[in-house]
Amino acid sequence: MSGLAAPPLGKDLLGLEPLTSEQIKLILDTAEPFKEISERAIKKVPTLRGATIVNLFFEASTRTRISFEFAEKRLSADTVNVASTGSSVQKGETLVDTARNLEAMRIDMVVIRHGASGAAQFLAERIESNVINAGDGTHEHPTQGLLDLLTLRDHFERIAGLKVCIVGDVLHSRVARSNIWGLKKLGALVAVCGPRSLLPNAIDELDVEVFDRIEDAIEWADALNVLRLQLERMQAGYIPSLREYNRVFGVSRERLERAPRDILILHPGPMNRGVEIDSHVADGPFSVILDQVTNGVAVRMAVLYLLSGGKPELAEAAKRGSSR
Amino acid sequence: MDAIGDVYIAGDKVESLGTNVDVGARDDVDVIDCAGRVVSPGFIDVHCHLREPGREDVETIATGARAAAAGGFSAVCAMPNTDPVTDNQAAVGFIIRQAARARASRVYPIGAISLGQRGDALAEFGEMVGAGAVAVSDDGKPVASAHLMRTALEYARTFGIPVADHCEEPTLAAGGAMNEGIVSARLGLKGVPNEAEEIMAIRDILLARRTGGHVHLCHMSTRGSVELIRWGKERGVNVTAEVCPHHISLTEDAVEGYNTNAKMNPPLRSAADAEALREAVRDGTIDVIATDHAPHHYDEKEREFADAPNGIVGLETAFAVNVTWLVAGRLIDLPTLVDKMSCSPARIFRLAGGTLRRGNVADITVFDPDAEWTVDPTRFRSKGRNTPYAGRRLTGRVHLTIVDGRVIYRLEE
Repeated sequence: MSGLAAPPLGKDLLGLEPLTSEQIKLILDTAEPFKEISERAIKKVPTLRGATIVNLFFEASTRTRISFEFAEKRLSADTVNVASTGSSVQKGETLVDTARNLEAMRIDMVVIRHGASGAAQFLAERIESNVINAGDGTHEHPTQGLLDLLTLRDHFERIAGLKVCIVGDVLHSRVARSNIWGLKKLGALVAVCGPRSLLPNAIDELDVEVFDRIEDAIEWADALNVLRLQLERMQAGYIPSLREYNRVFGVSRERLERAPRDILILHPGPMNRGVEIDSHVADGPFSVILDQVTNGVAVRMAVLYLLSGGKPELAEAAKRGSSR
Repeated sequence: MDAIGDVYIAGDKVESLGTNVDVGARDDVDVIDCAGRVVSPGFIDVHCHLREPGREDVETIATGARAAAAGGFSAVCAMPNTDPVTDNQAAVGFIIRQAARARASRVYPIGAISLGQRGDALAEFGEMVGAGAVAVSDDGKPVASAHLMRTALEYARTFGIPVADHCEEPTLAAGGAMNEGIVSARLGLKGVPNEAEEIMAIRDILLARRTGGHVHLCHMSTRGSVELIRWGKERGVNVTAEVCPHHISLTEDAVEGYNTNAKMNPPLRSAADAEALREAVRDGTIDVIATDHAPHHYDEKEREFADAPNGIVGLETAFAVNVTWLVAGRLIDLPTLVDKMSCSPARIFRLAGGTLRRGNVADITVFDPDAEWTVDPTRFRSKGRNTPYAGRRLTGRVHLTIVDGRVIYRLEE
C-alpha cells in the first residue's frame, strides 16, 4: 500500500488539463508493463483484489465501459455496472443522492460517464472514493486522451515535436479537449481541422493551429485523430449534410495519397465509415485504430493502479502478482 | 446636497434638513445618532424576483421585502415571472396586499408585457397600472417578436410606464449555460455570445426611437451593449439601462470548477466587458444598478452545471459590492452611487423617494461606507443562499433602513 507520500495523481482523474506533463508521462510509463497482462493466457493479476469499483454510466457506452471493466477485472477488482436505464436515476434521483448512496456502500472507486460537463468533478467533490472521468459532456475524456498519447508514443517513440491534427467536431468533443491538453503538455504541435461551425469560437485562444481545408491539414500532419461526427449535429443545423461533410472534410485514401509523408490515423470510435473516415483509410496500413483499443485497457489499468495508491516503480512487480 | 447635518422626519415625510434642525416645542422626538455615517435617500431596486406566488419555498414577498430592507432598499420592483404570471390587475393587487402585510420595504409590482409571458398577446397594461404596477416586463423570457415589443412600447406610452426588456436573442442563446469564450470552450459548456444581448438591445433602441416609447434595458452585460446604449442616448432615444452588481464585479472565471452560484442569465462575461460596464456607470451611460435578485432552493443549484437554474441572490450584498468595486476603487464617488441606487431608479420608474427634500416620503438608508464585513449567507433574511460572494470580504455596510418614517431594519452589532 502507499506510504505517506501524496498519491502521484491525487484522488481523482477528472481531465488532462489539470495534470502536469510528469503526471501524464507517469501514467503512460505505468501502462507499459500492464500491456503484457492482456497478452497472457490467464489475463489476471491480484493487484486490486478486494477493491470495489462502480462503473456509473449515465450515457450509453460500449467500448469505454467494456474497456474499464476489463481493466478492473484483469486487476482482480470487484466491479458493479450501473447504467442509467433501470437505476434510480430514471426515477429522478439527483446525482448528489446517487453519490451519497454509493459512498454509503463503502466503495473504493467510481468510474463515471455522464452527459453533463463537470459531472465527474461534481461527484469527486462530494465523495471520498477515487473518481475517474470516463467522459463528461463535452468537457474531457482523459483516459481516451491518454490511450491516444500511448498509441502515438508507441509508433513514433516520442510525442514532443509531433504534429497532430484533430479533425472534425471539436466544439462538442471531449476527446478533442483531452487530446489538446495532453498533446500540448507533452510538447506536440497541435492543429484542428473542421467546419468553423464545429470549432469553438475561442479556438485561437487555445493556442492550436487551425486548418480550414483537410488537404492543408494532411500536408502538415504526422498523425490525424479523426473524430466521430454525430448525426445530431446535422439535425441541429451545424452542418448541412453528412454527404457534404464527407466530400469536404472526409479523410479519404485519395487525399492521404497526396500527403508528403505517411500519416498515422487514429479514431476514438465508433466510426461512421464513409462520413468522417473512409473504409480504405480505417482498414489501411497506417490505421492504429485497433491499437488504440488495446492500449485503452492498459492505460485504464495504469490509472486504476495509480489512483488506488500503487507506486509507479512497483508496477512491474504488481504485474508479476505481488502486492500493490 | 451633500452636507453634514440632521434630517427631521415628521410622520411619514421629511420635515426639514439642516444643522441643528428646529423640531419646535416637541419633546417626543426619537433621535437616531448617525454620527460618522451617511444618511441617504432609501435605495430602490428596480429588478428583483420575489417568487410569490408559486415558489414560496424559495422566497415570499415578505422574506424578499425583509431581505431588501437589510440591504438598504426601501423599495423594490418585483418582476412578474411568478406562477401564475403577474399579467392582470388581480395579480398586481395580490402583490400590493402581501407587501403591505409584510410591513418591510415597499414592493412595486411590474406587470407582464404579454399574457402568461408567452410572447403573443399584450397584457392589460392599463388595468395593471391602475392596480399599482409601475412598469411592464417579460423578464426571464425575451420578447422574441419585434412587433410585440413595438406595440408594447407604443401602448405603454399611454400610461407613462417604461417597458423593461430582458435582451436575449433566443435562437443564439438557446441551451447556453455561460459566456461564450475561452472558459466555455475549456469547460465544455455551451456559451451565450455577447451578440445574443446586443442584437436585442439595438432592436429595442431602434423601436424606442421609432415609437417614442421608453425602453429600459435590464441587466446589461456586454461592452457592445454599452456602446449601443450610448449611441441611442446621443440621438435622444428614450432609453435607460441597468447593470447588476455581479456583472461589474465578477467575470466568467468565477464559473471555474462548475460553480453554479456563478450561473446567471445574462452570464458573467469577460474582464473587458466588466470594465466597460464600470466605466459606463461612471460616465452615465448606465442609469441604474439593480440586483436581479433571484433566489433558488439549494437543491436546485446543487446539480450539474448545465441543469442548474440561472440566478443569484443580490439584495443583501448589492450595496457592499457596489462600494467595493466602484467607490473603494475611486471610480465613482458616493453621491454617484446613491444616484444609481436611489435617485435614478425613482426618476426612471416614477416612484416615491430618491430624495430627502422637504415634503418627500421619509424613505431613508443609513450606511457606513468604510465598514468591512464578511458575507455569510446563513445570515441572509432572504430564503435564498445562492451567492457567489459567500466568504468574501466587502466594504460598505447598511445600518438602518427607514420607510415612511418607520425603521424597518436596524443592523444588530
